[in-house]
Amino acid sequence: MQYHTPSSFDDAVALAKDAQGVTRFLAGGTDVLVQLRADIVTPDVLIDIKKIAGVSDITREGDGWRIGVAVTGAEMSEHDTLGKEWPGLVEAMDLIGSTQVQGRATLTGNLCNGSPAADSVPAMVAAGVTVTVTGPNGERKVAVEDIPTAPGKTSLEAGELVTAVHVPARGKSGGDAYLRFIPRTEMDIAVVGCGINLRLDGKKIVEARVALGAVAPTVLLVEEAANAIIGTELDDAALEALAEAASAACNPINDKRGTIKFRTHVAGVLAKRAAKIAYQRAEAAS
Amino acid sequence: MAFDETKTEDFKVVGQRVKRPDGVDKVTGKAKFGADAVAPGMLFAAIVRSPHAHARIVKIDTSKAEALSGVKGIVTRADFATGLTGGDLDVLENVMAGEKALYDGHAVAAVAATSQLVARDAAKLVEVEYEVLPHVTDVDKAMASDAPVIREGAADQSVPEGMHPNVVRYHESGHGDIEAGFAEADLVVEDSFKTEATHQGYIEPHACLAQLGGDNKGELWCCTQGHWNVQKLCAAMLGLETSQLRVTASEIGGGFGGKTAVFIEPVALALSRKTNRPVKLVMSRSEVFRATGPTASTSMDIKIGMKKDGTITAGQGTFRLQGGAFPGAPMEFTAMCAFAPYNLQNVKQVGYDVMANRPKQAAYRAPGSPMAAFAVESVIDELCKKLGLDPIEVRLKNASKQGTKASFGPTWDRIGLVETLEAAQSHPHYSAPLKEGQGRGISCGFWFNHGGETSVTLALSEDGTAQLSVGTPDIGGSRASMAQMAAEELGIPYENIRTTIADTATLGYNEVSHGSRVTYASGLATIKAARAAVKILCARAAAKWGIDEDAVVWENGCAKPSGPNAGEFDPLPIEKLTRSMGRTGGPIVGHFEATPEGAGVSFATHIVDAEVDKETGQTKVVRYTVVQDAGKAINPAYVEGQFQGGAAQGIGWALNEEYIYGEDGRLQNSVFLDYRIPVASDLPMIDTVIVEVPNPGHPYGVRGVGETSICPPLAAIANAVSNAAGVRLKELPMSPPRILAALEDQANNG
Repeated sequence: MQYHTPSSFDDAVALAKDAQGVTRFLAGGTDVLVQLRADIVTPDVLIDIKKIAGVSDITREGDGWRIGVAVTGAEMSEHDTLGKEWPGLVEAMDLIGSTQVQGRATLTGNLCNGSPAADSVPAMVAAGVTVTVTGPNGERKVAVEDIPTAPGKTSLEAGELVTAVHVPARGKSGGDAYLRFIPRTEMDIAVVGCGINLRLDGKKIVEARVALGAVAPTVLLVEEAANAIIGTELDDAALEALAEAASAACNPINDKRGTIKFRTHVAGVLAKRAAKIAYQRAEAAS
Repeated sequence: MAFDETKTEDFKVVGQRVKRPDGVDKVTGKAKFGADAVAPGMLFAAIVRSPHAHARIVKIDTSKAEALSGVKGIVTRADFATGLTGGDLDVLENVMAGEKALYDGHAVAAVAATSQLVARDAAKLVEVEYEVLPHVTDVDKAMASDAPVIREGAADQSVPEGMHPNVVRYHESGHGDIEAGFAEADLVVEDSFKTEATHQGYIEPHACLAQLGGDNKGELWCCTQGHWNVQKLCAAMLGLETSQLRVTASEIGGGFGGKTAVFIEPVALALSRKTNRPVKLVMSRSEVFRATGPTASTSMDIKIGMKKDGTITAGQGTFRLQGGAFPGAPMEFTAMCAFAPYNLQNVKQVGYDVMANRPKQAAYRAPGSPMAAFAVESVIDELCKKLGLDPIEVRLKNASKQGTKASFGPTWDRIGLVETLEAAQSHPHYSAPLKEGQGRGISCGFWFNHGGETSVTLALSEDGTAQLSVGTPDIGGSRASMAQMAAEELGIPYENIRTTIADTATLGYNEVSHGSRVTYASGLATIKAARAAVKILCARAAAKWGIDEDAVVWENGCAKPSGPNAGEFDPLPIEKLTRSMGRTGGPIVGHFEATPEGAGVSFATHIVDAEVDKETGQTKVVRYTVVQDAGKAINPAYVEGQFQGGAAQGIGWALNEEYIYGEDGRLQNSVFLDYRIPVASDLPMIDTVIVEVPNPGHPYGVRGVGETSICPPLAAIANAVSNAAGVRLKELPMSPPRILAALEDQANNG
């Protein structure tokens, strides 16, 4: 196994482009190192990107945020303003693993691991987060929902890596929330996850994005679910329509973590509960 | 003073919440556990395991693995003893597969190499050719006529004619006329229940360091609940003389019954003998789940008749237990514990031990009893509800007492079930109001407790302190409680006693730390060993004073004349007697060896409040109270710890823990991420009430406490969840999908 610590993204790209065999980028390592130790994936080339300048910074980018690819969950949770503007996103990241894992795990790693159950990903999709992808052919900006393509797979080409995470401006009267279902209270993988971001005009929802995790091979951005609450004041009928649309979008599997029936039902339950929280937050921000 | 008298009051050290002597070492990382031992020239081992649930082993080709640089030796079944029979053969078959792999994860070969990574890589290079056979993992399916036969001829003579060969043992007990009993009842409830296998979930994986030479003399360091048992089994597996293998028990990171068996120790010894090097073998968590000894899974039918006043007129239970691909599922314990709390005129219980393609079950804290309580206590709860009766009143009305003929035969001596029920009834928890969405459940539970072969030595040092050597690995703070009992007898401070878990060369045979026996049996032996030392001390004082030995008493760490007639002498403190012991007759050592048979049975009553989210099926245990008879709590803090630990494990078993097998017979969830034991935030503070009804069979009245605490939780939680959800849950774990499915069934079918 080769282990590299490039000092720039260009160097990282060059290393990845020329790498032979299984290549992994190493940020927090909470998936890569676990998979290595568990004998699931043994990379031939490991490219540690933590030595690149700026990767641990959370910086203003217009009225939004740029989050470095090695910023940890703990750093996001302890940031002064990020969590005030995007509580759903920060809470989603904070749900991952233990206190120790929070000291290592990153948004980018959670995204690039490609798990349909990744907690931060539905929250990012709901928030409209984009990422910069850098590769041998330069840079491109990609919506988070377009990164995962299947369990464990992403749309990143050989030699490409995510080099920054861009969180949009919060704007006025907006609120987001993320809820997941696990049978325990922590230290578990989402059986269903739901991120909702919305904006109000008065009491009326004028914008909404609803994302579901762990109910399909990739994260789902469910337009029908958003449409069910846009134009409403989140009354009971809107909530029921939201739940129905969320459940209808599900395409889950039966596995050790949950059944198709259970996941489909609970997706609707979580959508309702997350929408209420996002709505309250948007009202509070109005 | 008589040396065998019972002491029930005026304790000075016993009953105090002293700190455990091993505590600082454990929290500072100094304590040495199974994987902490190293030896010069040590090799590392890895085990090759079957990916198939059931397969004939056609061929094992080790040539590629042997060719890998760093590989020093490979063993297969051919490297172990031949000609074993009965239980020893079963153990060997489980440790290293013979002609067939019998479950996913069954060991088929093992490699020793110069590093852990080389060993792991080499294990992948061992080529095993399998002929895959049909498999079965479910207990009911394993009994069906079309089930694949796991091993012909494994059944013993108890099994009735016409049963499937996978049914290997049968049990029947009870008394009275159950049909007449059911005819007397105003209401009869009959139902079926299932529980999935669970793992003890000890935090420390099995680990050992083995050294065995070509001369068949060896040393073994391992994490175990009983090193004499390891010594005996390993000697048999490897064809050694038992005394030539010295076994030392490491500190132990939990066992709960699962470390009463051997899995890797014979393999490490075989590799060491083959390579002539020390060999270290440490299991991964996945190996622990796949290839150690989880508990049995069950399928149970219960029928109970009750009068309108709550009198139980008859009880009947059928208990089918799957214990893996070997005989041994503890179905007789399930059957015997099922109705043990109740005074029944008519009772019958039947048990079946069934083999399936799963790992060989091992003991798990009161093996077999928690499942029985789940089934029986669920039906009693249902009867109480339908007849409008208070569940504690009904249990008090039917409770076993001294003189009751137990459901499985014996007549009870002094027992404390009624006292636990009364304490539960008067506890504020039982009358506290419930919130919307919450339900309350109660349950009783029973465990036998055990004595077993025990050998203890207490050697006095010249300064008047004492070295206590016991042979039962300390799995629950027993070094503290042993030292407390010795201090009580010697009349010296607790801190002046050092308790050591001695190796197999140091004491006579000690049975495993199981059956809640340690504080009872090693404690009894410690008291008797201390009394033997005191007798010598008194004799030395008598000789010095020139009076009769019987005229000397021992009080507060001093020898004294027994009265004015004995003569007037100043008390002789222990340190004066020990300083001169070399000149007054030699070292002073008390010892005791016996198989004590007066273990007192123990009962408990648990109260649980649970809250069920009917939209997601999620359960939260919001309040939990354990009431249990300890006989006498030597160290109340550790007794409470045992009470809480049993409840915590029970909460996991009841709600989310389970062995999940795929259609292919492979275990799907062999990591803690997906084998869902409760995390700290899943548990409420667990309240405890220690009831003390002394056991007549122990000098201080000790009953075992370690196991009974896991007997009621499955039932108590099931009753609470069923009351909260408004639907009876009959299958464990009561995971969210199962609860939602039960609610949906009820909505559809009324």
